[in-house]
Amino acid sequence: MAESRLPHPDLPPPASIIGPWGWMRRNLFSSPLNIALTALAAYLLWVAVPHLLNWTLFNATWSGDTRADCQANSGACWVFIRVHFEQFMYGFYPEAQRWRVNIAVLLLILGAAPLFIRTVPNPVKVKLGLSLLVVYPMVAFVLFKGGLFGLPNVETSRWGGLLLTLVIAGVGMAAALPLGVLLALGRRSKMPAIQTLCVTFIEFWRGVPLITVLFMSSVMLPLFLPEGMNFDKLLRALIGVTLFQAAYMAEVVRGGLQAIPKGQIEAAAALGLGYWKSMALIVLPQALKLVIPGIVNTFIALFKDTSLVLIIGLFDLMNTVHNATTNPDWLGFSTEGYVFAAAVYWLFCFSMSRYSQNLEKRLHTGHKR
Amino acid sequence: MTELSSAPVKPPFWNNPQVRAIIFQAVALLATVAFGLYLFENTQDNLRRLGIASGFGFLSSPAGFDIIQTLIPYSAASSYGQVFWVALLNTLLVSALGIIFATLLGFIIGVARLSKNWLIAKLALAYIETFRNVPLLLQIFFWYFAVLRAAPAPRQSLSLGDTFFLNIRGLYLPAPQFQPGFGWVLATLGVVIVIVVVLTRWARRRQMATGQPFPILSTALALLIGLPLITFWLAGSPLHWQVPELRGFNFQGGLVIIPEMASLLLALSIYTAAFIAEIVRAGIQAVSHGQTEASFSLGLNSGMTLRLIILPQALRVIIPPMTNQYLNLTKNSSLAAAIGYPDLVSSFAGTTLNQTGQAIECIAITMAVYLTISLLISFVMNWYNRRVALVER
Repeated sequence: MAESRLPHPDLPPPASIIGPWGWMRRNLFSSPLNIALTALAAYLLWVAVPHLLNWTLFNATWSGDTRADCQANSGACWVFIRVHFEQFMYGFYPEAQRWRVNIAVLLLILGAAPLFIRTVPNPVKVKLGLSLLVVYPMVAFVLFKGGLFGLPNVETSRWGGLLLTLVIAGVGMAAALPLGVLLALGRRSKMPAIQTLCVTFIEFWRGVPLITVLFMSSVMLPLFLPEGMNFDKLLRALIGVTLFQAAYMAEVVRGGLQAIPKGQIEAAAALGLGYWKSMALIVLPQALKLVIPGIVNTFIALFKDTSLVLIIGLFDLMNTVHNATTNPDWLGFSTEGYVFAAAVYWLFCFSMSRYSQNLEKRLHTGHKR
Repeated sequence: MTELSSAPVKPPFWNNPQVRAIIFQAVALLATVAFGLYLFENTQDNLRRLGIASGFGFLSSPAGFDIIQTLIPYSAASSYGQVFWVALLNTLLVSALGIIFATLLGFIIGVARLSKNWLIAKLALAYIETFRNVPLLLQIFFWYFAVLRAAPAPRQSLSLGDTFFLNIRGLYLPAPQFQPGFGWVLATLGVVIVIVVVLTRWARRRQMATGQPFPILSTALALLIGLPLITFWLAGSPLHWQVPELRGFNFQGGLVIIPEMASLLLALSIYTAAFIAEIVRAGIQAVSHGQTEASFSLGLNSGMTLRLIILPQALRVIIPPMTNQYLNLTKNSSLAAAIGYPDLVSSFAGTTLNQTGQAIECIAITMAVYLTISLLISFVMNWYNRRVALVER
């Protein structure tokens, strides 16, 4: 009569290391210092969060048309934003013409959407992307500015709000990237004169603050140009922003160019490709892919820097909001205004950075070091 | 028997890369010079037409306006040259303070971001993502118009222990007042610093020679704090604090930080700290864990591991982007012009330019100053970079 000895079945792990309790022990209370830190952070949140929620949501005023509607509640007065919302979006763009802006935005969304869908074949994407870069700006310009096809003319000084912010950011990005690539190639060139010119250009623009560049474009540019020739204020700001960001872009792209091994260029030369072809077909596609995070960071910086055009008196989103907070009928709501503007800027910048992380992961083909 | 062409066909000279390079460069240089001359001619014409005399003579004429914060003696009768120095010092003051605060805050947040404590790490992440993605100008405006300009009038000041006061005129702090004997304390401090430097060298030489470590950090701290304290006590505590007092409609005495400066400093430090935190995090993560393990296996304790193994390697990654952030902060301090803090751009490229009409000179001087600061900092950075760079075989 053999006594069979079976091993005892595994005991479940102790309750203290699994489940929510285990997670908390590991991540919040692992040492006396961590317990103290958790307690401190929890206390700070306990003090701050109810205040914030009460102000933004529970005690806030959402409906109404005048500031009198906000007197009853102690929280934020979102009526201020609601009343000025159109102004924040379009600035002083004539109300009857705002459909043109809406159509341009709709066109952009419709045109850009296929670029983000993975099943669309690449050649289609390339054609679409190129037409977005070349044709769309012209269409958008005609729509915004008018003066053709019976559309009434709208002066650029009346463009404003988020529309102007997006125009400056869009033009700045589209122009700064190619210019930056050319400058980076020039800086890496073996011709001493070209190299010196590019290095001087880059170091000059990187060494001065954007605000002095904008000052320069508004007070000095008229002196540089022949008599009678005058640029539109918006165009001057655009030139300043583009040249400034192109210098930063050049340094980012140069980082990518330096990371490409020399063998790639030699291989391209062995295949009989000239300078431009080897750059365009072999080096740049690899280099640009490597520096996507840097390029997007420059784009984000550019987007935030568009707020500086306030200094030279353009009414972008920032200036429109600031202007509304100094409106005598609506004094005392600057916090609401700035929080709203911050939320809009944050949304754009944060989504750009998320998209770049996504893109980086997708294009990661093993060449990254 | 057909004859093969013996000599290879000589390509036309325009296909020769060297000739091409020379032509290309000559064209680029000529175009640049021509463009420069064109601008110069236009400027000359315009200046003549507008009747503006170019030159730097205006720097010695009286300015005739007041500046709300001056670090050196200045009055409305002072010259535009004086304005330049006052404005430059204001720029340097706010940049230096901003760099100190941003570095402290950035290091704390960066380390917190790597904390094993989930709550702390998430809070640090929230801080970084919030402040990094909102324009700096907007943050300056928020602190200035929504917070500090909304502070109460002097009579209803917010106070902390009746020593610190905050009202719409600014932040009032007690001002230190040095009594005659204070020189002795400073002199002691100087002597102690020399002693510590000598001691450090001696300790290192001894450790190299004999392998015996010397507790240099604790000794130095004890000397640095202890000796000046003893002198301070012996000299009869020669330091008094002048607390600001409400007299009439405003505070008298004490140190006042004007709201423009406070909001600029707050915004600059908080904004730049978000970037510095990411740099610190990346730097620490760049040192692989194997380094720590190897160091422990060599018998170094955790303090020495941090000081001798981790930090030197992390700093190699941290320093270059950190210097860039310092540069950015200095250049961003020019946003002061938007809220009227009297910095270089606001007082010199703004008020002085408007009063004198010397646009080219004012902007050129301002740009030259920023350019000099940038080039100086990048020069120092390159020097440091070469010193800490990996020496490869």
